[in-house]
Amino acid sequence: MSASLHVALVRLAAWLAIILLGVPVAAGLAGVIAPAFGWLPALGGHEPTLEHWQALTRRPGLAGMVALSYASGLASAALALAIVALFIGVFLHSRWFGAVQRLLSPLLAVPHAAAAIGLAFLLSPSGLVSRWLSPWASGWQFPPNYLFPGDPYGLALILGLTLKEVPFLLLMSLAALPQCRARERMRVARALGYRPLAGFLKAVMPGLYPLLRLPLYAVIAFASSTVDVALILGPSTPPPLAVAVMRWLNDPDLAMRFMASAGALLQFAVTLTALASWWLLERLVARALRDWPGDGRRRFGERVGALLGGGAIGLVVVLVLASLAGLILWSLAAYWPFPEAWPQPLTPRNWLRGAGGFVDPLAQAALIGGVATLIALVLVTGALEAETFRHRPPRAGVQWLLYLPLLVPSVAFLFGLVLMQTQAGLTPGLAAVIGGHAIFVLPYVFLSLAESYRRLDPRWTQLARSLGASPAGVFWRVRLPLLTTPLLTAAAVGFAVSIGQYLPTLLLGAGRISTITTEAVTLASGGDRRLTAVYALLQLLLPALGFALALGLPRLLLRRRAGLLSRP
Amino acid sequence: MKPRAPCGWLSRLSVAALLAVSWPAMAYQLDDWASVVAEARGQSVYFNAWGGDATINEYLDWVAGRMADEYGVEVVHVKLADTAEAVSRVLAEKAAGNTEDGAIDLIWINGENFAAMQKNDLLYGPWVESLPNFALTRPQANPEVREDFTLPTAGLESPWGKAQLTFYYDSARVDEPPRSIPALLDWARAHPGRFTYPLVPDFLGSSFLKQALLGLVDDPEPLYRPVDEADFAAVTAPLWEYLDELHPYLWREGEDFPASSAALRQLMGDGELSLAFTFTPSEPAVAVANYQLPKSTRSYVLDAGTLGNVHFVAIPFNASHKAGALALANFLLSPRAQARKQSIDGWGDASVLAMDALSERQRAAFQADSDNPARLPPGALANTLAEPHPSWMERLEQAWQARYVAQ
Repeated sequence: MSASLHVALVRLAAWLAIILLGVPVAAGLAGVIAPAFGWLPALGGHEPTLEHWQALTRRPGLAGMVALSYASGLASAALALAIVALFIGVFLHSRWFGAVQRLLSPLLAVPHAAAAIGLAFLLSPSGLVSRWLSPWASGWQFPPNYLFPGDPYGLALILGLTLKEVPFLLLMSLAALPQCRARERMRVARALGYRPLAGFLKAVMPGLYPLLRLPLYAVIAFASSTVDVALILGPSTPPPLAVAVMRWLNDPDLAMRFMASAGALLQFAVTLTALASWWLLERLVARALRDWPGDGRRRFGERVGALLGGGAIGLVVVLVLASLAGLILWSLAAYWPFPEAWPQPLTPRNWLRGAGGFVDPLAQAALIGGVATLIALVLVTGALEAETFRHRPPRAGVQWLLYLPLLVPSVAFLFGLVLMQTQAGLTPGLAAVIGGHAIFVLPYVFLSLAESYRRLDPRWTQLARSLGASPAGVFWRVRLPLLTTPLLTAAAVGFAVSIGQYLPTLLLGAGRISTITTEAVTLASGGDRRLTAVYALLQLLLPALGFALALGLPRLLLRRRAGLLSRP
Repeated sequence: MKPRAPCGWLSRLSVAALLAVSWPAMAYQLDDWASVVAEARGQSVYFNAWGGDATINEYLDWVAGRMADEYGVEVVHVKLADTAEAVSRVLAEKAAGNTEDGAIDLIWINGENFAAMQKNDLLYGPWVESLPNFALTRPQANPEVREDFTLPTAGLESPWGKAQLTFYYDSARVDEPPRSIPALLDWARAHPGRFTYPLVPDFLGSSFLKQALLGLVDDPEPLYRPVDEADFAAVTAPLWEYLDELHPYLWREGEDFPASSAALRQLMGDGELSLAFTFTPSEPAVAVANYQLPKSTRSYVLDAGTLGNVHFVAIPFNASHKAGALALANFLLSPRAQARKQSIDGWGDASVLAMDALSERQRAAFQADSDNPARLPPGALANTLAEPHPSWMERLEQAWQARYVAQ
């Protein structure tokens, strides 16, 4: 491949990435902003007005909704980061690390809603834990009446979000550790007499944190605007803002759409504020701890840290596994009354009932996810490679563009997208759905890959070029192989994101494309926990396969380049 | 690379897509049913209906099979989690100027969703009176098939089935369930935490407010006129007094509410509640058969009657396959389809057909097919209270939220 063709193709990919995101996002945003200020001719809104904002401020419980969304976003991200940092710090060199890593990574594949359903079933008054203790220990013949999940402070919601974020951040860290030369840094620190936790926090963390920043922002954006998890674990009087916005958008009274759009913009602002708060906090911590890494102390709460890190990660693993076990039990249950701890008799009927219906949706989901991920991966790699030509970081505007699909509540955003689809005369169907998925997959692929890509030591390229390799040759034979692990991780994350999409599939396919997730979500609305469990487990299958490949393939591909494997 | 090039390419593509669309000609006449059936042959009808119940989905599979065999119409059940998703799509299509080539051909709908679509001119019609099978509902004798929450349907939606607020309880834990709204309060006092209602404005939650209000007022007459013509505060005062007393004895002391009818049923299945209610009279019996509720579940309606309504199917103004949708709506009203729907093995949804309009043989198919003890006793559904004017629902929801959400 000639050098100029390579450069042209790479630049084309970068532009396509911007167009793929930019046009729909602009359309989607316009579809929110215009009605929020009173403009939606189809519903008789022809005049710009602020009355819908006034209506929004008069909603009962608005302050509580905003506070819940803001606090649950920040708290769960902080908790997840603390757990991951402590765990890596304490266990990076122990044999537990590999075991926990193997246990946690597949957990990433558990869809948010399924994990939330499992957790709710585990901890609710009629849940698994309560059944195990009843009646012999608790004396409960009937379920007790305590308020969890759904507690007014959102603690159950924060717990549920943290459980899902820990595996994600851990996976991101694993992909980033080799890039920030964790092993070398740690070796030096240990040689200088630092205990493991102090060594990690002082020598590795300053290099690792910048690589985790974008994933953390995504986590905060997701957590502060989540609908599905909040519906299951969050409080209801009042609910978090995103849930309220979704209810307003789905209100049979179409005039509510104006206020709902204003609510969606408010949700957008709440998410931005949460991100800004985190950024500020980051600055404050960095300033406060400026001299800390160099203060020479070799220990940092090693014993407490080991206890906390080990305990917290253990709790995460146990809770997620128990939630999964609960789902499996329910998928095999006939009528299962309280306080029986074990469903009797076990029956395959729930699985057989769904058996005819899930082969096509699984294949459809795999196809859509595969193509959307491939598109996203090609475009993101192109965009990142294009950055290397310019030798400067991309403009901030382009960065934000990438994250907009994550920040705007998708119920609102998709209305504008469907509008645009109809205006452009694109028939609803497979192609439109794949394109829509790519919009949501691309940001996650980007944030999974970006820092590892940017921080790839440029001397590899310089070395290869000085040995006479062409730019295309360097790209294909040096840079991509060096990035095998992060590339596959990004693909697995993107695939999992695609599998989880419900609204884009439904709206852009006009409901004609049915994936395992659309089946699962519609069945879940019917409240039969047995069928919900069957479909949640099926939904888990594809991403689990993806993550297994992402973890397994590098060992195969990189047999002769063992130094690139992410094992520290 | 200049951004112009992809734009030109994109616009050429969309022109091509537009040209590829064939404009459906109005080849059928509503007053000539044979022309509708002829036009329908070969069409694919996208029927957007809630897909949350495997039993209903199986019934619609059966419908699709019959339609393919007998009319050459392919019926695709587009499964929704919420009817509002379909309303949203039609609205987006209208906003984008798509008036001929809509993606939705038939919607399962009633109440507020119908009122909203009708108000915003999102429906095709009138067409219902042209369906040959519509006469089997005997609309003169059964005005409820032409009325949706007191609003005249104006021929824009065809009746499909009947619903009525039905209470159910676990007879292993409850000896004597409350038979009136005031008795419900006493029962809750005696069994704290064992009853609740779905979060308002969920449909069933709001229906509970209306049911309670009807059970508490001396004169229900103002409820059947628009809310503006009544003294809202005075009429509803007994309701708020009642709820203030009831809430401390609800599940979770009224601090949290289940999201929907389905969540309420799940709480019954988990044993957290021992008394609940639904808008689908057959739901408890079907749920027992599906292991979701204990075998000791029993159903009943309040002595003074409960709210009842009819659910319908409607065609969006821009449906691509209107003839196919018409043929499907007519088939859904056929004695065969209605009998199967009413049978507990089919779906268990009450028929809208008038039995006296049917032949002896057709009637035989409607005979109760099983004696599931969780079913309502025969005749229980006769005691129906009409839905109040829809404007009350909205005001009640707002007042409830102002009172109980912002604590």
